[in-house]
Amino acid sequence: MRWLAEVHVRLRPGIADPEGQTIGDALRSLGFDSVAAVGAGKLLRIGFEAADHERADQLVADMCRRLLANPVMETADWDLRADADPPGGLV
Amino acid sequence: MSRVRLAVIVFPGTWSERDFAHVAGVLDWESRLVWHTETDLGAADAVVLPGGFAHGDHLRTGAIARFSPIMPAVEAFAAAGGPVIGSCNGFQILCEAGLLPGVLMRNDHLQFRCDWQWLRVTAAAGPWLGGLGVDDLMRLPISHGEGRYHADDATLDQLEAAGRVAMRYADAEGRVTADANPNGSVRGIAGILSERGNVLGMMPHPERAAEAEVGGEDGLRLLRSLERWLVDQPAVAERRL
Repeated sequence: MRWLAEVHVRLRPGIADPEGQTIGDALRSLGFDSVAAVGAGKLLRIGFEAADHERADQLVADMCRRLLANPVMETADWDLRADADPPGGLV
Repeated sequence: MSRVRLAVIVFPGTWSERDFAHVAGVLDWESRLVWHTETDLGAADAVVLPGGFAHGDHLRTGAIARFSPIMPAVEAFAAAGGPVIGSCNGFQILCEAGLLPGVLMRNDHLQFRCDWQWLRVTAAAGPWLGGLGVDDLMRLPISHGEGRYHADDATLDQLEAAGRVAMRYADAEGRVTADANPNGSVRGIAGILSERGNVLGMMPHPERAAEAEVGGEDGLRLLRSLERWLVDQPAVAERRL
């Protein structure tokens, strides 16, 4: 069964995020005065095969732990759904 | 002792390996470039992880390089007490591989910074820094966009208590100040040592300051220190062969 995981990698709270700050500054300079804060992170879309939802969720957790996020500075969370798109639908 | 033998690891995107090999030649050392898909370091007295952009720095700096086939050999060499230095991207890889604590993040000003930088030695220990003195000043090139060292406060306190902060960014008078810090590294940290002191990670490039013609020779001090350490500890060196 094919699955699509959208993994969000975020900086841990309290860690300086100059990229997010700069984007926030840019938004405010464009007149979006109400922007209070911007956090920059990564979105990774991963298409893969797994037997069932539990196994798929476990695989994504393993991917995050082993490679996708560095726990010193980042956290990862994800949305997981059965992927009905044809192969290549990711791009 | 015989000539020092450097194993210089090369990943796709590494760019400082030939500088290290050149400096080894200047010192009449032997060096061997070791491609990341190899699994054996060969006969080596010390291992270098040079600067560059291994695997394009994709995902995170060093995140993919740490899984290279050569890395178990580097880890085993380090675990046996062998001298390992990671400069710039090499420092980032050592952190990702867990050989050193912490992580290197985007410079706080988001710019790539290529410049000469004063450094204050804060740990004169181990093969790379044992020949230097605490509070010695060095002037070395830096060249990085992601050199902001970060670790949590408990880790930083432990590093400081154990004398493992190797060097800090300083001004020409040796003052560690915010203005002298080129990337926003926490507590001005430019380099750290492993628990046993044999693994050194540092953002500056010692290999780019090893001849007067290029503007400085302070980088040689680390290499001379290694040479001396190897002479003083032949038993250790022999065991690694």
